[in-house]
Amino acid sequence: MMYATKTRQARPEPFAVHLGIGERLGLAHMDTLLTFAAVALAAFSIFTLGEATQNDVPGSPHYYLDRQAIYAVLGIVGMLVLTRIDYSRFRELRVGIYTFLCASVSLVFVFGFAARGSRRSFELPFFSFQPSELGKLLLVLALAGFVIDGARRGSPVQRTVRYLFLGLAPAALVFLQPDLGTSMVYVVATLAVMYFGGVPWTHFAAIGGGIVALVALVLVVAPMAGTPILHGYQEERLTSFANPNEHSDGAGYQQNQSKVAIGSGQFTGRGDKATQTRLDFVPERHTDFIFAVIGERYGFMGAAFVLSLYALLFWRALRITTLSKNSYGTLVAGGIAVALLFQTFVNVGMNLGIMPITGIPLPLMSYGGSSVLATFLAVGVLQSINVQAHLSQRGRFAW
Amino acid sequence: MYLRNDDRPQGSRLSLRVAVLGGVAVALFGVLFFRLWNLQVLDGDQYLAEAKNNRTRESKVIAPRGDILDREGDVLVDNRTSLALQLNPTKLPEGLTEQRQELERIGELAHMSLPKVRKTIREGEEVAAGAPVTLRRDVGYELIAYIEENQTDFPGVSVQRVFVRHYPDASRAAHVVGSVGEISEEELKDPRYKGLEPGDEIGQAGAEYTYDKFLRGQPGLTRIQVNALGQPTPGGQLISTPPTPGKNLKLTIDGDVQTAGEAGLAGYGRGGFISMNIENGEILALGSYPTFDPSDLIEPTQAQVNELYRDEELAPLVNRATEGAYPTGSIFKIITALAALENGVISPDEVVVDNGEITVGEQHFKNAGGVAHGAVELRRALQVSSDVYFYLLGLDMWETNELQEEAHELGIGRPSGLDLPEEGETLLPSKAWHEQFVEEGLALEDRPWSAGDNIQLATGQGDLQTNPLQMALAYAALGNGGKIVTPHVGLEVEDAAGRVLKEFEFEPQRRVHIDPAYRTAILEGLHAAAQEGDGTAAGVFGGFPIPIAGKTGTAERPGHADQSWFAALSPYPNPRIVTIATVEEGGFGAESAAPVVLDILEAIYEKQAAAVSAAGGAE
Repeated sequence: MMYATKTRQARPEPFAVHLGIGERLGLAHMDTLLTFAAVALAAFSIFTLGEATQNDVPGSPHYYLDRQAIYAVLGIVGMLVLTRIDYSRFRELRVGIYTFLCASVSLVFVFGFAARGSRRSFELPFFSFQPSELGKLLLVLALAGFVIDGARRGSPVQRTVRYLFLGLAPAALVFLQPDLGTSMVYVVATLAVMYFGGVPWTHFAAIGGGIVALVALVLVVAPMAGTPILHGYQEERLTSFANPNEHSDGAGYQQNQSKVAIGSGQFTGRGDKATQTRLDFVPERHTDFIFAVIGERYGFMGAAFVLSLYALLFWRALRITTLSKNSYGTLVAGGIAVALLFQTFVNVGMNLGIMPITGIPLPLMSYGGSSVLATFLAVGVLQSINVQAHLSQRGRFAW
Repeated sequence: MYLRNDDRPQGSRLSLRVAVLGGVAVALFGVLFFRLWNLQVLDGDQYLAEAKNNRTRESKVIAPRGDILDREGDVLVDNRTSLALQLNPTKLPEGLTEQRQELERIGELAHMSLPKVRKTIREGEEVAAGAPVTLRRDVGYELIAYIEENQTDFPGVSVQRVFVRHYPDASRAAHVVGSVGEISEEELKDPRYKGLEPGDEIGQAGAEYTYDKFLRGQPGLTRIQVNALGQPTPGGQLISTPPTPGKNLKLTIDGDVQTAGEAGLAGYGRGGFISMNIENGEILALGSYPTFDPSDLIEPTQAQVNELYRDEELAPLVNRATEGAYPTGSIFKIITALAALENGVISPDEVVVDNGEITVGEQHFKNAGGVAHGAVELRRALQVSSDVYFYLLGLDMWETNELQEEAHELGIGRPSGLDLPEEGETLLPSKAWHEQFVEEGLALEDRPWSAGDNIQLATGQGDLQTNPLQMALAYAALGNGGKIVTPHVGLEVEDAAGRVLKEFEFEPQRRVHIDPAYRTAILEGLHAAAQEGDGTAAGVFGGFPIPIAGKTGTAERPGHADQSWFAALSPYPNPRIVTIATVEEGGFGAESAAPVVLDILEAIYEKQAAAVSAAGGAE
């Protein structure tokens, strides 16, 4: 923006500079590849839902397609708005954000809408909103602020314990909903922020040992002591992937069918002959198992294309951690990047039968308003970090 | 620590961590790509074969129809379950010999001969091609067990749990509730039955037909995974949509009144009756004799069909109260009286001398039995049923269309708006109709519309053809001061727990002008006819404790003995209910129709008295 002062009159420029549309909207320094990866994934999701779910809702063949398209458009608008905002403000708001996060994931216990025995979302007039999805982003924004803020207070061990406590409190609330998958994302995002916050390697080694001990306690010791912590179905899902044939009627059945679906797609896909995902052999095909739909319908070509888009998304996110004008941006970008990587790997791995069934949606692909919206907002924060880095003229290297 | 927010992160320590994370990511994506390649490209053939081996079997879960209840919630129609042996003809073996062998085996199971099995299949195909044919209902459990064990020997044969309409009181209210049957091919094309499939059951008559969309349930669906042999695989239930049962229909019919009317009518012979609330058109009882048991229509044997359609005289399927077409005799006289009074042809107190007969041209019109009633005015003419009084009114109006217009307004010879599909053709004779009739060469003699024709109509004789339902509308209008209600049997739709889901609204159709003074005069005459002195029905109703207004009718029907009619408005002088009965070849009105009406009224008012004393006792 330019304005004339008394001392400096506006003069005709020797070379007229015409601001482009992107410049005028403040979107000039967006990361194009990142935008491309996110929008392409959302578009591929809408395309797949349109083809694969035509007969799911009697009388409205475009039920999932229409809704997912609306969520994507809302998400893209949200992303563009966040791009224009300086993300550094979120650091100042960290206490408010953290309070809001804990309150919103707690409120579902009171007002929540129970689906399949689990209270995760609020029923709103147009869709049900699942606060724990947006919570992933909120946790990263708040926790990164706390880490920067408390960087010089207390001993390294005290700091590590404090970060862990701050991150695990909302994770525990989500776990109690119960939503094991999302709470795992919270834990991973917490560890990622700490990792970029410079927590010593030795501490991570200790935390790793603690997690192994905890898993042993939950899966082996507690059931033997007669006080199981996980619900039966959760435990079965977590362990059945190791030996799916043993559970061919339950969790293992789903995963076996998903594997058969993806395998039968071969190199070029089966198109409309995709019986596995069309005839309900694969459950939850529009949400958790949408990758199986892609694998069966579009084959290795389609599935590998989608995986490449995720790799691109992660690369650009990781790159932004190094460009950031300040440490807060680095921590936020790192937390978002790792959370996206973790969700992608766990969900695709579940579809491919190498990871347990945890109910983690595939970012931007799985049908669901809360997840699509939250992911686009997270991408918007990444874009904001990128834009601010360019505006501060201090980006040093890029690769 | 490299953390100081306003600084850029320190390069070396951060880039090490970014590099480590990048390496982890490369490894993770590498695992996914490798696994994907492994599944799709290396082992793809094997998985494709496995996918093709996955088969599903769908089966429809039939939803029960809703119950039909009377206004107090007593069941008129519900369902019972039955096991039916079904055969899907499209799944029979292709070779002729194999087909024959299978049909023989099936026939043995169902105790049917081969020609009979073939005939059943052929008949089923005619109703709805492609649908499973029911070979036998109510088969035993041993048979099911046998078939399930030897499923491979019986391709296309299945045992379905089906719902069969059950009528706890056999023929009670049969004409009102109607019947159900398999949907036909023409009906499948009807938008009314959108989404139904061959073999589905729909209402074919009565309330079952009119309120089909409420009574009909939504079938459920189960889809299970089966292996190549067609056996269900464990845990292979893919989807299961439970059936939605139909809603219950509550009728305006009062079961006790209905029973009384049916029993009463059966004691006298063929005929029909109706009892209706004159303010809102709710029908309390509606019946016809001879009647039928609707369960005979579910899977009729030839003998039952023969019985039901044996001869036109009996025609048990016909609802004589709504589909009959009869002259009414003297109960028509209130219409003649209203036409004459409203058009100023006569006043209520004008005296006419009844010498027992009048002569118009060469025709003589006599009172019944040739009795001379002397000087009569309107009330007396109605009390003793003076024909001459009304002959003269008919004569006065023969060149105008006043009588026809009044009768038409009151609902004679036109659709009544009843919510049952069974409504017969009726006829209100007029000059215009007569001329067209003659022109078309249908009349026996080629003559113009005459005074005699109108005189006949004035007393409910001649070419008039109507039924108890239409007469009930006219009497209701007299009773309520001119409102033509919409007669109906549908009261409300309820869910299984008895919660009301929908109440049917039946607005009055139109209003007819009736001067309150004329109404009072006619009602006085009818009250005297029913319950005073030498009134025509005083012998029947003289001792009835509730005051009523009533009219006897004795109709001459060519080729038949006289038809008996009785119409009653009760209680007098502020009536709420109209009750009309007719008995074919029942003689004088007081001989058979009036006692039927008495039976109905007794049931209504005994019940009311019991309700009042119960309420009094509770206070």
